[in-house]
Amino acid sequence: MTVAELKNKANEIRKGVIRGTHAAKSGHPGGSLSAADMFAYLYFEEMNIDPKNPKDSNRDRFVLSKGHVAPGYYATLAERGFFPKEELLTLRHIGSRLQGHPDMKKIPGVDMSSGSLGQGISAAVGMALAAKLQNKDYRTYTLLGDGEIQEGQVWEAAMFAGAKNLDNLVVIVDNNGLQIDGNIEDVCSPYPIVDKFEAFNFNTIAIDGHNFDEIADALKKAKECKGKPTAIIMKTVKGKGVSFMENQASWHGSAPNDEQCEQALKDLEKVGE
Amino acid sequence: MAEVKKIATRQSYGEALVELGKENSNVVVLDADLAAATKTGMFKKEFPDRHIDCGIAEGNMTSIGAGLAASGMIPFVSTFAMFAAGRSFEQVRNSIGYPHLNVKIGATHGGISVGEDGATHQCCEDIALMRTIPGMTVIVPADDVEAKQVVKAAAEFDGPVYMRFGRLAVPVINGDDYKFEIGKGTVIKEGTDVAIIANGLCVASALEAAEKLAADGVNAKVINMATVKPLDDELVVAAAKECGKVVVVEEHSVIGGLGGAVAELLSEKLPTPVLRVGVEDVFGHSGPATELIKEFGLDGEGVYNKVKAFL
Repeated sequence: MTVAELKNKANEIRKGVIRGTHAAKSGHPGGSLSAADMFAYLYFEEMNIDPKNPKDSNRDRFVLSKGHVAPGYYATLAERGFFPKEELLTLRHIGSRLQGHPDMKKIPGVDMSSGSLGQGISAAVGMALAAKLQNKDYRTYTLLGDGEIQEGQVWEAAMFAGAKNLDNLVVIVDNNGLQIDGNIEDVCSPYPIVDKFEAFNFNTIAIDGHNFDEIADALKKAKECKGKPTAIIMKTVKGKGVSFMENQASWHGSAPNDEQCEQALKDLEKVGE
Repeated sequence: MAEVKKIATRQSYGEALVELGKENSNVVVLDADLAAATKTGMFKKEFPDRHIDCGIAEGNMTSIGAGLAASGMIPFVSTFAMFAAGRSFEQVRNSIGYPHLNVKIGATHGGISVGEDGATHQCCEDIALMRTIPGMTVIVPADDVEAKQVVKAAAEFDGPVYMRFGRLAVPVINGDDYKFEIGKGTVIKEGTDVAIIANGLCVASALEAAEKLAADGVNAKVINMATVKPLDDELVVAAAKECGKVVVVEEHSVIGGLGGAVAELLSEKLPTPVLRVGVEDVFGHSGPATELIKEFGLDGEGVYNKVKAFL
């Protein structure tokens, strides 16, 4: 895909996030929007996946360790054809497959249930380990929040992945700088993030998470790196693409009302032009 | 009478894993720096590539097990009960239980028979914790014969299973013809005056107590209820109906374990006087395991005394 096409896909994902959280009257738009460009690249360019055969044992795996950005994940899977886009409007409704946090038993394309922070990365490590044990060449990707890495389990998983040389694992940290209680530095600073992963024997790459050339280059370097897992620490803007949501911690876990939804979709139309 | 053979069920776990490893290349064993104690070291020796030491990080190990299972492998996550069910409760609940993944948890060193290590390592709450997780199968084998069959049955079963093994060598009470089945209790002594339902090392104690009761003219039924969940409701209700009084014996808190399960069932289906014999809502402490078992009233003599007082 060209960068223009990828931008268009990311924009469609962002619209799905807005429509979904608006319909749900709750959910997590901020971190969904910050990760949308990475979602678009992973699902439309990087990963070896087939919406018609979501359980293929040789497929690449993705674990949304920051499970609360399910709206972004669902919008991506729908955009990629795993289920109908109309279903995004059932987000968080009774009877919907689209639970508040991803359920692998319900949604085609979801490789792991997640939501309790810190556990997804360990499950991803397990998948990468399984590939090594079974001599399979699929790769495993996992997306973490920068607040999430305050969880100790993240570093247990990182220590394991580094110690066992899981070079088929890519850990992506969405460094949008904000968590529920505010700026991550004010809450309990996880910085320096790159140095920490470096110390855990990772191949580390710092990028702008809204620049497709940098995303492409980082994932290429990850593939080329042998003997070490890769950590991509991507600087992003929480709420990216929606003027009034950008860099606002308050949009971590609240949904747009009718008026805000209309405004947000208008903003995104502009970005898509 | 010949000396009864005694084997710790953690030993049985280790030996059964080796057999499984030979039969099924998808079996992978995880440990958290306790391979010598949990006896997974035996598997490590035979299959070094399929034994993964995760270091002292049980939460991570538990979720790694989920990832392995989601990728088609059959992981046996091994550590002490305290850390398997206690420290990693939320990982078991969210990474394994919620997606109902095919992870087997081999929890050794359950109960007070851990002995000298004392209260920090004597987990008497694990069965209560694991039992509350929807879809979790919970098994506490009584001896070597049963423990080995439990491991095999767990591997053949599709879904999460929590197995509790012990550190202390315990009498082998089942014969070679014994056949374990998940969810089925076994009547090992018929009786009509009182039903003693037990699991783990308390089955041997219950049998000993039944012998003493017989000398007093009390005919006790003894049931080995290895599977705590799903509970063999039919057998419990039938035993309650037949005997009119039920005693549950386990090396676990009297809150929430097998005793809790039986009391919950009978209070709804067939209200029957139930005595729960176990650890009385207290922590354990250091000491030789056999002395602790005696002190906590979980040996044959202790169980006999409690049943006598109850009748």
